[in-house]
Amino acid sequence: MATTPNATAPADVPANPQALSRRWFSADDVAHLITLIAAATLLLITVLLVYQLWVLSAESRTKFGWHFFVTSTWDPVAGDFGALPFIYGTLVTSAVALFIAVPLGVGAAIFLAELAPPKLSSSLSFVSDLLAAVPSVIYGLLGVFLLVPIMRTTVQPALKRTLGFLPLFKGPSYGIGFLTAGIVLAIMIVPFVLSVSREVLLGIPRDQREAALALGATKWESTWKVVVPAARIGIFGSVFLALARALGETMAVTMVIGNNPRISESLFSPGYSIAAVLANEFSEATGNLYLSALIELGLVLFLLTFILNGLARLLILVTTARGSGVLPS
Amino acid sequence: MSLRLIWRKSLNVFMLSLTGFCALFTVSALFFILGYLVWNGGKDLSWNFFTHLPAPVGEEGGGMANAIVGSLKLLLLAALFGVPIGLLGGVYLAEFGGKTVPFLVRYTADLMNGVPSIVMGIFAYALVVMPMHHFSTFAGGVALAIMVIPTVLRNTESFLRDVPRSLREGSFALGANKWRMIATVVLPAASRGILTGVLLALARVAGETAPLLFTAFGNRYWSPGWNQPTASLPVVIYTYATGPYEDWHRQAWAAGLVLLGLVLITNILVRTFLTSGTAYERT
Amino acid sequence: MRLVKKLSLLVGLLMVATLATAQGQVLLNAAGATFPFPMYSKWFDLYKQAHPNVQINYQSIGSGGGIRQLIDKTVDFGASDGPMTDEQLKQATVPILHFPTVMGADVPSYNVPGVSAELNFTPEALAGIFLGKITKWNDPAITSANSGVKLPGDDIVVVHRSDGSGTTYIFTDYLSKVSPEWQKKVGKATSVNWPVGLGGKGNEGVAGLIQQTPDSIGYIELIYAVQNKIAYGRVKNAAGVFVKADLAGVTAAAAAAAKSMPDDFRVSITDPEGNKAAYPISSFTWLLIPSKIADPAKRDAVKGFLKWMMTDGQQYCEGLAYAKLPKEVVVKELKAIAQIQ
Repeated sequence: MATTPNATAPADVPANPQALSRRWFSADDVAHLITLIAAATLLLITVLLVYQLWVLSAESRTKFGWHFFVTSTWDPVAGDFGALPFIYGTLVTSAVALFIAVPLGVGAAIFLAELAPPKLSSSLSFVSDLLAAVPSVIYGLLGVFLLVPIMRTTVQPALKRTLGFLPLFKGPSYGIGFLTAGIVLAIMIVPFVLSVSREVLLGIPRDQREAALALGATKWESTWKVVVPAARIGIFGSVFLALARALGETMAVTMVIGNNPRISESLFSPGYSIAAVLANEFSEATGNLYLSALIELGLVLFLLTFILNGLARLLILVTTARGSGVLPS
Repeated sequence: MSLRLIWRKSLNVFMLSLTGFCALFTVSALFFILGYLVWNGGKDLSWNFFTHLPAPVGEEGGGMANAIVGSLKLLLLAALFGVPIGLLGGVYLAEFGGKTVPFLVRYTADLMNGVPSIVMGIFAYALVVMPMHHFSTFAGGVALAIMVIPTVLRNTESFLRDVPRSLREGSFALGANKWRMIATVVLPAASRGILTGVLLALARVAGETAPLLFTAFGNRYWSPGWNQPTASLPVVIYTYATGPYEDWHRQAWAAGLVLLGLVLITNILVRTFLTSGTAYERT
Repeated sequence: MRLVKKLSLLVGLLMVATLATAQGQVLLNAAGATFPFPMYSKWFDLYKQAHPNVQINYQSIGSGGGIRQLIDKTVDFGASDGPMTDEQLKQATVPILHFPTVMGADVPSYNVPGVSAELNFTPEALAGIFLGKITKWNDPAITSANSGVKLPGDDIVVVHRSDGSGTTYIFTDYLSKVSPEWQKKVGKATSVNWPVGLGGKGNEGVAGLIQQTPDSIGYIELIYAVQNKIAYGRVKNAAGVFVKADLAGVTAAAAAAAKSMPDDFRVSITDPEGNKAAYPISSFTWLLIPSKIADPAKRDAVKGFLKWMMTDGQQYCEGLAYAKLPKEVVVKELKAIAQIQ
């Protein structure tokens, strides 16, 4: 029911002729107008949002230009601002999150769509939906008090022992940092990967897998070699959607990433993400340049998620011809 | 059996159980989170927690009555501003729209749905707080309302579209106006689904912290009226969790439990009682 | 539609409930420094008990935030541990007055497993640690001042503020005075470009991080270390004595400044010369009050509170480990209240 106008919607039914003849504006016209205004309000809000972010970031944009994106100094004393550490932190944590969440989510989706009996499948996906409803700050709370100590005392030393030769796993174990933020994000986005992937998989026609099974393929082979490839674009869509979500996630990340604008190749080191720096510094940035640099970061975040969401929805639309009414956000 | 067949069969079993494990792991995360919160926050939930104001910093005791009421007021405003716009906009898309405008609105709604909530906070700060020179419940309500609109809008649209054609035709045949048909036949038929969407959208913004940080701000006391800064549960959880005081940590757990409980109960009730296989998939 | 009716009833009730409490009350909103937050929160609470019609909501978002929000006029007054710069004062539409409220100390507090002794820190060691040049706890720069203490060879985890902070201002002001390299590379401000470390939000956040992170060191206001039982060390002052932060040390640091207080009260008392008892990382903390407050009720409430704070309020300082204002300063401040119009 998504973007293709549905046949059941009497979109162009002419207004009742009797009503028209009696008044200049029929009741239908008024209703049309009111609802149109409501719908247009959303467009207005969006335009206003972009406008505000654009205008308020003007000072930083003119001063730093494209250098803003490639320099890594964040020095409020000298008034020198570069976005690179934040962009880096946002991308790295999101990448870690995807690395964990995509196999987990797609695997679970395969189970729910292909193996589990319908009743179990729907109740499990119900639980996963609830998981998606858990507020971000709750994940942060668990992150700070539960995950961080475990990471510091157990996980990070273990990783250092086994994979310490990789630059990714070097340096002191603070507990907080890119890796921890990425793991928290992963748990937060799994439900999104799961639910969209499951829907896409369910949308693949039954006869395809039956044909594969009839040819002697095992259940796994029919799933992996026939069904998943057919659904792959939609699954990519779900990944994009989850990525967009991960990029903009604020509270949980702020609480465990370490809040330090530094680029480091080690996943153990503390970092910063765009959303986290906004949460920390927006209300207290002294000086117009500082503030406008922060708002430019907001603009970057907005555009990133806007584009990713747009792509995701296109991809999902391509695979599920029927689309799905409301996609998770 | 050939070796290759054995290999294929065991791969089959292995991979299938692996997917099962993935599903189990994901699902158990929820129970784990809930259990951990109950374990940590349950014992600190007391009557005081719901009825008292916060104690001065560093002193034990006190509660979060003002944050609970603050959160309710913020939700009320979000519903008051956001739901009518979303609802009417949804009616437009489903019932009146031509081609270009609905496409634009629909796509924008989907994209706005994915915009990070912190950006909404900045927007509301620039839109409401700066011109009014005041952090306020009102500003927080606006920030949340903007997040409610796209969800309600898309959800209303899809439920209206699900109303069978026969119902509309019956109404038209009786000579009803279009708006009368929508108001008396189509909207009531879809009302359950629409209500579901509204409640889920509200449950979602109830847990939002980022957009409130610099709109609703915070308050150590009651916030009278709508033009004063107000405390809210998510923001208090954030402040208390990152603070050094043992007592703050305990209260953060208790508040987390209350917030999660409210959000989950709303979700479960709404999803089980109001819907049955609806188009509204998720928040 | 029964649900709609019930909902509107609820809406109505909430509105009535919230309007009812608004009668005759003066509501002041303030934001800023976390450094004196325990003190302010206590004061505002006590003041509300004595004057039920005045409610002061103070949010500890950091000194930088206090200054910003005051300039944006989103709060009635601000609070900061670093005085506003001339440039910041120019941004404000009305002249801003500084009122010292209490004095406090930044303490280098640490969490080193196995070390229970109070550590001594030389200025060089502190600058080195926060510059990222001293990275191990058993570095000679630290051990030389702590003979007899067995320090581990672990990496030092530096913790600093992630938000705009007066505590940072005091600390960086101090480091700039004692370390030319610090002054050149980092400088002093409410937020700086940290060479190393983890960021925590507010004194609360930094104290929390230190508690949760073994081998960490950070700077926090004395009361946060005391209330949360975090170890903190002595610092060598300009006279060459290692002094542990306490009320006497802070008061001694302010002694010279109190006698020659400038009219705008903007004064730094870090690393004072020649006083053996002075704790070198001390500071006043200020309320930032606009000199023009249009609403007479609010103006009177602000003036009333300031007066109470400087007289009756001061007796509560020491219970929370803040040092009282010197008498000379109080006299001068009471006169300055008249400047608020």
